[in-house]
Amino acid sequence: MSKAAEIDIVSVSKIYGATTAVEDISLKIPAGTYCCLLGPSGCGKTSTLRMIAGHESLSSGDVRLGNTVVTDLPPARRGTAMMFQSYALFPHLDLIDNVAFSLKMKGVGKEERRAKALVMLKLMQMEAYAGRRPSQLSGGQQQRVALARALITDPEALLLDEPLSALDPFLKIRMRAELKKLQTSLGITFVHVTHSQEEAMALADLIVVMNDGRIEQAAHPRVVFERPATAFVARFMGDHNVVSGRVSGSRDGMVVFDVPGGASLAASGQGRAIGEPIDIAIRTDHVRIGDPPATGLGFTGIASNVEYRGSTVKLSVNGAGIEDFTVIVDDTSFFAKPVAVGDAVPIAWDPEDAIVLGRLDS
Amino acid sequence: MSHDKRTLEFYVLAAFFALFVLFLYGPLSAILILSFQGENGGLTFPLNGVSLHWFANLFERQAVGDFGGSFKRSFILGLMVMIVTVGVSLLAGLAFRQKFRGATALFYLAVASLVVPSIIISLGIGVVFQQIGLRPAWYTSAFGAHLTWTLPFGVLIMFAVFNRFSPAYEEAARDLGATSWQTFAHVVLPMIAPSLIGVGLFGFTLSYDEFARTLMTSGTFNTLPLEIYGMTTNVTTPVLYALGTVTTVFSFLVILLTLGAIVYVGRRRARA
Repeated sequence: MSKAAEIDIVSVSKIYGATTAVEDISLKIPAGTYCCLLGPSGCGKTSTLRMIAGHESLSSGDVRLGNTVVTDLPPARRGTAMMFQSYALFPHLDLIDNVAFSLKMKGVGKEERRAKALVMLKLMQMEAYAGRRPSQLSGGQQQRVALARALITDPEALLLDEPLSALDPFLKIRMRAELKKLQTSLGITFVHVTHSQEEAMALADLIVVMNDGRIEQAAHPRVVFERPATAFVARFMGDHNVVSGRVSGSRDGMVVFDVPGGASLAASGQGRAIGEPIDIAIRTDHVRIGDPPATGLGFTGIASNVEYRGSTVKLSVNGAGIEDFTVIVDDTSFFAKPVAVGDAVPIAWDPEDAIVLGRLDS
Repeated sequence: MSHDKRTLEFYVLAAFFALFVLFLYGPLSAILILSFQGENGGLTFPLNGVSLHWFANLFERQAVGDFGGSFKRSFILGLMVMIVTVGVSLLAGLAFRQKFRGATALFYLAVASLVVPSIIISLGIGVVFQQIGLRPAWYTSAFGAHLTWTLPFGVLIMFAVFNRFSPAYEEAARDLGATSWQTFAHVVLPMIAPSLIGVGLFGFTLSYDEFARTLMTSGTFNTLPLEIYGMTTNVTTPVLYALGTVTTVFSFLVILLTLGAIVYVGRRRARA
């Protein structure tokens, strides 16, 4: 099939009037990567995708695909193909003509293009529906046709704009697996825009977390989850408690900081000026009930909510200036020493679980 | 099976609808019935026998009035108006999808002609034609007068159509290598074709039965509505009713043919 291409985005900005949708981002997506652009709505992820596709002009910067600068090329000459959020299948054409559309535009003869389209539909297991119209298909089937229509152009990179958002939860998980399988078998670069961290974790080799037109972190899903770069990433990926404070000193190779209105905590790290603001992240499932192994690695609060979740129990704790600190404990250890709402609970974690977060300079 | 009791509102609204139907189709059916008046019958009930005499009479030379000529003029004028309305509304609809300076002002300026009384526009066009020494005629001044009526409607319809038309289809076409012209011809046009047929039909019927805007602008030769009006004061035989029946049947035929065309196109696409 086709050759995968590296996508190189070099200080790209997109400005609409007075609003900056994308602010000076740079990103290298290696060839053959499944890359997810992840972020809340309005973070600039779709604008970024559309600039790679050529459906949006760049205010500044360059986009390279492989060795070619594609900044000023029309979408069809970039070697990319885009799958639109609502699939944008042409309602007046049957599936064969939808898939064969790009060949027809190129002037390929009717028999040849229909034969090629049928091969593509077969690849997507949609050949039985070849004569149908898009409106007669389910969401998952429409997605397969949209994929076939995009892939028939033999792209080096496939760009997907929230491809799973129109599907019901069950189908979402199935189509997600199909996308991953397809990417692995084709070996081309996929860039997939989503606001679901679960989706990104399940699919991506490279997660690019975006917020406010900027890239907060671009890394493998495990790195993003285990070493979130910023408070935004830790909060957006979930399953982390973010605690903020101001540096008050250092001790035994640890930064010590004060949470306003309460605790003095410690975290691994050095070279912080006194008074500097600091954020740390602590995984909710790496916290335990009990006394801290050293000063600053825990606090005592009041349990404000207890939720039983089967294999785990979720505990919300307030205290020492920290609101809504989440603790996930496995059921056995929780029920060995149960906690009720209103009880004082000592919370503790290990030094390596308190991760000091960075900040983007504004 | 139990029914909810119908409320007073139901009966009030049903009565209103019944009145509406009565006013719409009652007089129409009176004309329809009277057009089959016997040879010696008059302009009013009762029927003096039943015959097709007045329909035959329609095609003979009349003492006053010229059915054939006026029908031909109205038909050709309707077609001219239809073609221009479809073309211009489509282009205007496309143009207004881009935001340009003065778009809103231009839109209101165009649509304003819907609220100006028809007869005033007619009078104005007639006066200006006299003033600059042009002879008003059905294919010049009346043609323009009709367009002042059909174009704003056409543009309004195309506005509604393009409001619901997602740009994603055009982007998808561009992504698949279509040029702007190919995108228009292979994606946009087929998708809005039913609406364009609607605009065309609308333009034709608005022109075909337009009276006020033609009154001062048609020049020497009358269009059909003017001719019928002229004859109501001069003709004293049921041939007038026969004409009414024939033109009404013609209007229905136009609508049926159009609907038939839409169904046919839909079927052919479904099969393709």
